[in-house]
Amino acid sequence: MREELITSGRMNPGIDPVLHGWHWPIPFYLFVGGLAAGLLFFAAYKYLAGKEKDFPTAIMIGPFVALVAIVVGLMALIYDLQHPLYAWQLFTTVRIVSPMSWGAWTLMIVSIVNIIWIFTFLKKIFPKFNLKQNFLKKVVSIFIEEKQSEGELNWDWKYKLLRNFEKFSITNRSAIAWVMILLSVVLGVYTGILLSAFNARPLWNTALLGPLFLTSGLSTGAAMLMILSKTHIEKFTFSKIDILLIVIELFFITHMFMGYLAGSEVKAEAAHYFLGGEFTVTFWINVIILGLVIPLILETMELLHVKIPVIIPGLLILWGGMMFRFIMVDAGQVIRYLY
Amino acid sequence: MRYGMAIDTRKCVGCSDCVVACQTENNVPHGYTRDWISETVEGIYPDLALEIRSERCNHCDNTPCVRTCPTGASHVIEGGIVKVTHEECIGCAACIESCPYDARYFHPEGYVDKCTFCDHRVKNGQDPACVSVCPTHCMYFGDLDDPNSEISKIVAKNKVKVLAPEAGTKPQIFYIV
Repeated sequence: MREELITSGRMNPGIDPVLHGWHWPIPFYLFVGGLAAGLLFFAAYKYLAGKEKDFPTAIMIGPFVALVAIVVGLMALIYDLQHPLYAWQLFTTVRIVSPMSWGAWTLMIVSIVNIIWIFTFLKKIFPKFNLKQNFLKKVVSIFIEEKQSEGELNWDWKYKLLRNFEKFSITNRSAIAWVMILLSVVLGVYTGILLSAFNARPLWNTALLGPLFLTSGLSTGAAMLMILSKTHIEKFTFSKIDILLIVIELFFITHMFMGYLAGSEVKAEAAHYFLGGEFTVTFWINVIILGLVIPLILETMELLHVKIPVIIPGLLILWGGMMFRFIMVDAGQVIRYLY
Repeated sequence: MRYGMAIDTRKCVGCSDCVVACQTENNVPHGYTRDWISETVEGIYPDLALEIRSERCNHCDNTPCVRTCPTGASHVIEGGIVKVTHEECIGCAACIESCPYDARYFHPEGYVDKCTFCDHRVKNGQDPACVSVCPTHCMYFGDLDDPNSEISKIVAKNKVKVLAPEAGTKPQIFYIV
């Protein structure tokens, strides 16, 4: 067999011997971005389906977690920038062809809609004004005031502008839900597009990554809701939804590898990193077995009325989703064109 | 106007003079390189073929690095030279990830740095530093759009290849093989 040995004198830090331009914050950010997309999707979906009574966790608590996820993710993203003081320039330019630009703008718009969504439910989530901590009470008192109504201690906004905006957004909640459902899909797909837009990295350069990461994000969102919710109906519903999502994910992953193996030489080589090569063990144990197959079995057993604590499949799905992104980002940077 | 480079791999001895010249000319920080030498050995002993190449940014016609840049810091100037505006670069690494040649790196000060084809010399009619010092004269620089330029004639006359053409970037550095 003819062999080719390439030696290079280039030893740039972060580039050689293996490219490491993106560190742990990027896969972490892709994970929490997908999680937020899933949570917002289910919040809007359950609201539009008119299930406000049965799904309080999905509609009111989920978006809270999503907002925290988005903020933490953004912080991770900025932490990974090498020139972080210049980060504001992301928002002075719109570049349609740059996935990073899409991401920055999507995240900003999503978080605004997310905040408005939470705002419309604030009075339902916190019906009483009973803050004990003095400092927090002072801060909150800038915006709200206590009010007695129907013999209970209630609260209302101090300013007319806030009261009017609240009234307006509550009457237009379904419109906001439609916007949020659309944006959550954009956010979920975007976490995959961020990688798949790079032709230079054969592992990432597959159109399936967008839908795959969206499915995975929805699945982690459903898993989070399974863990957070208190009623049986919510746990049961999201467990059922997750079964479907896991099956779709396995289907996508199979097709992704079929695509690699049928593709050009670099693509086939990329697949071999997972089918016998460097990443085989980490990928199959963490993502496929722990993250997909075991939760699928546990949830199916639950469907057949075997008692299983919902936190086990829930945490496994979250673990698998996170590991999937870490492995994809790391492996993608290892696999390169050979010339 | 379309600047390009041709490198005769049959004449290159891999002395790294181009690497040192670039580091000196462009104040490249210690431990970093904008250009570098690659050696490829092909075949089975004793039937081996050796190819030595001086590599750098290919100043591609189809630039994934400029496309993926979220702020427009990566841009193409006249003559097809790909450059980075340091004050606009946020250091997100999108361009580094998108380059199939791994020609970009993070400058210790945070912005992304790369070969500029020595545009400060080129605009005064000089050759890039690497080309001007090559002791075997294996490197040629010039305007590919002008059919009468030395580089156009060399590229037309010789059998040339580009690196990773399957990446679709249309690189503008031609290796004579």
